[in-house]
Amino acid sequence: MKYIIAIVRPEKLPDVKKALWNEKVYRMTVTDVRGAGEQKGYPIEFRGLIEEVNLLRKVKIEIAVNDSFVDSTIKAIIKGARTGNIGDGKIFVLPLEDCIRIRTEKSGIEAIGGESLELKKIIKK
Amino acid sequence: MKLKAIISIILSIIFSISLVLAYEATPENNAKSIDFVWTLIAAFLVFIMQAGFAMVETGFTRAKNAGNIMMKNLIDFCFGAVAFWAIGYAIMFGAGNLFFGTEGFFLSSANNGSDLWQYAYWMFQVVFAATAATIVSGAVAERIKFSGYIFYSIFISALVYPVVGHWIWGGGWLAKLSTPMIDFAGSTVVHSVGGWAALAGTIILGPRIGKYMNNNSVKPIRGHSLTLAALGVFLLWFGWYGFNPGSTVAGTNWSIATIAVTTTLGASAGAIGSLLTSWIRYKKPDVSLTLGGTLGGLVAITAGTANVSPLSSIIIGLIAGILYVFSVSFFDRIKIDDPVGAVSCHAINGVWGTLAVGLFAQKEFGGINGLFFGGGISQLVSQFIGVISVFIWTFVIMLIFFKIIDLIIGLRVSREEELKGLDLSEHNTEAYADFPISATNN
Repeated sequence: MKYIIAIVRPEKLPDVKKALWNEKVYRMTVTDVRGAGEQKGYPIEFRGLIEEVNLLRKVKIEIAVNDSFVDSTIKAIIKGARTGNIGDGKIFVLPLEDCIRIRTEKSGIEAIGGESLELKKIIKK
Repeated sequence: MKLKAIISIILSIIFSISLVLAYEATPENNAKSIDFVWTLIAAFLVFIMQAGFAMVETGFTRAKNAGNIMMKNLIDFCFGAVAFWAIGYAIMFGAGNLFFGTEGFFLSSANNGSDLWQYAYWMFQVVFAATAATIVSGAVAERIKFSGYIFYSIFISALVYPVVGHWIWGGGWLAKLSTPMIDFAGSTVVHSVGGWAALAGTIILGPRIGKYMNNNSVKPIRGHSLTLAALGVFLLWFGWYGFNPGSTVAGTNWSIATIAVTTTLGASAGAIGSLLTSWIRYKKPDVSLTLGGTLGGLVAITAGTANVSPLSSIIIGLIAGILYVFSVSFFDRIKIDDPVGAVSCHAINGVWGTLAVGLFAQKEFGGINGLFFGGGISQLVSQFIGVISVFIWTFVIMLIFFKIIDLIIGLRVSREEELKGLDLSEHNTEAYADFPISATNN
């Protein structure tokens, strides 16, 4: 199980979502966030004054996936979020210790769900 | 004392102050003053409708475009006022032929120094022209290019609106039919013109990103503030007391009282109509549809406000409110994305209100009987001719105009700009810099 965190441009969210849906990844948590990368933001002109905008509007997408979904999820996020310009964002992949579905108290890959290979094996058993 | 007199004479020579004719307090002059004051106050009331439109439109659209909507509502008035001063007013009210006026450009018909009535009258007319222009802003919101919108606002105020105004109010062919068309305060002249132009704009622009899914489903795109939208509706309603009763352009005309009553009842019935329709159709009394239906009632009563009884105004408003709800879902279904329901409110109810004069007019109020009060069908026919001809003129010329703008400078912002929001992409600013703006409402 992995926990994937992606920071992307807000205006690319619809594209990322669409790309994820195409890979049958529907579960996600989305937050409006602000942040800066290596460039520390950029200068913009406002009412004739130059303002260094440091923390830029971004969107954080968090997705818990079973191992067989990791690659396709990452690929989908890149496909949806990339413009090729500075500021496209980053993807972090974290090991996930456990996942518990509150309603059923089931845990692990079953709780994450989805039509993953791991889950199919469990169901077969 | 002598010195003072000399100084004032010198000053008046230097600044060529044309001392307005000394006011003689005759009964005639006093009556005229009442007309001046009434017309100007009404004009100022109609001006507040600009704020009303701005609030309604921004309330029904997303926060990322709020600054852009403010700019459009401010700037269409400003460019429109200059264009109407230079060209529009002459085309609308200048002497000319049956189709447009050809005299009085640059407000040259006004007479400095003596009778200043033309100034008061221009003031009343310019706020009407601006109302027609700003209706479109809501329908094309969240995706039109700001520069293209400026060209549009000049075009409609200088040409499209004044031509219709000339036909109906400026002694043109619709006013010279054997049974003249009646459009007292502008259900057709102002609201249908704005509404049809809005329809043309949305058709050329296409729907907003995210409104229609691949599987043909329609997604509602929620506005960012029902509170602001409601404030806008109240401001518009308040301004409408200048719009309708003010259209007597005479405070000495006592029918301003009945007009105020029919205006109030039309709006109230419009709200009730849309409230009940949405309640029955969608199981809950919908806030935004009720707000829109209120405006629909106001639009519909505008044509016949001086010609119908209070009871008739309730029927007209009620039907307008019902029409509004069905019209909004109709345009959604045929993939015409009108974020604020401007076409349903102004075009559809403008048509209904104009036709309603031919049905509900009563001699006791406006001197003419409609079909339901024994006046025969001739008035209804004239109304119908007016509605159709104004639709053809406005819709066709605006369709061509928006297409030309689209080909020359592009009418719509890029996909990235639209998703980012027009505040950032068009104006390099944010309307709510201190607040997080949700990207998840895209």
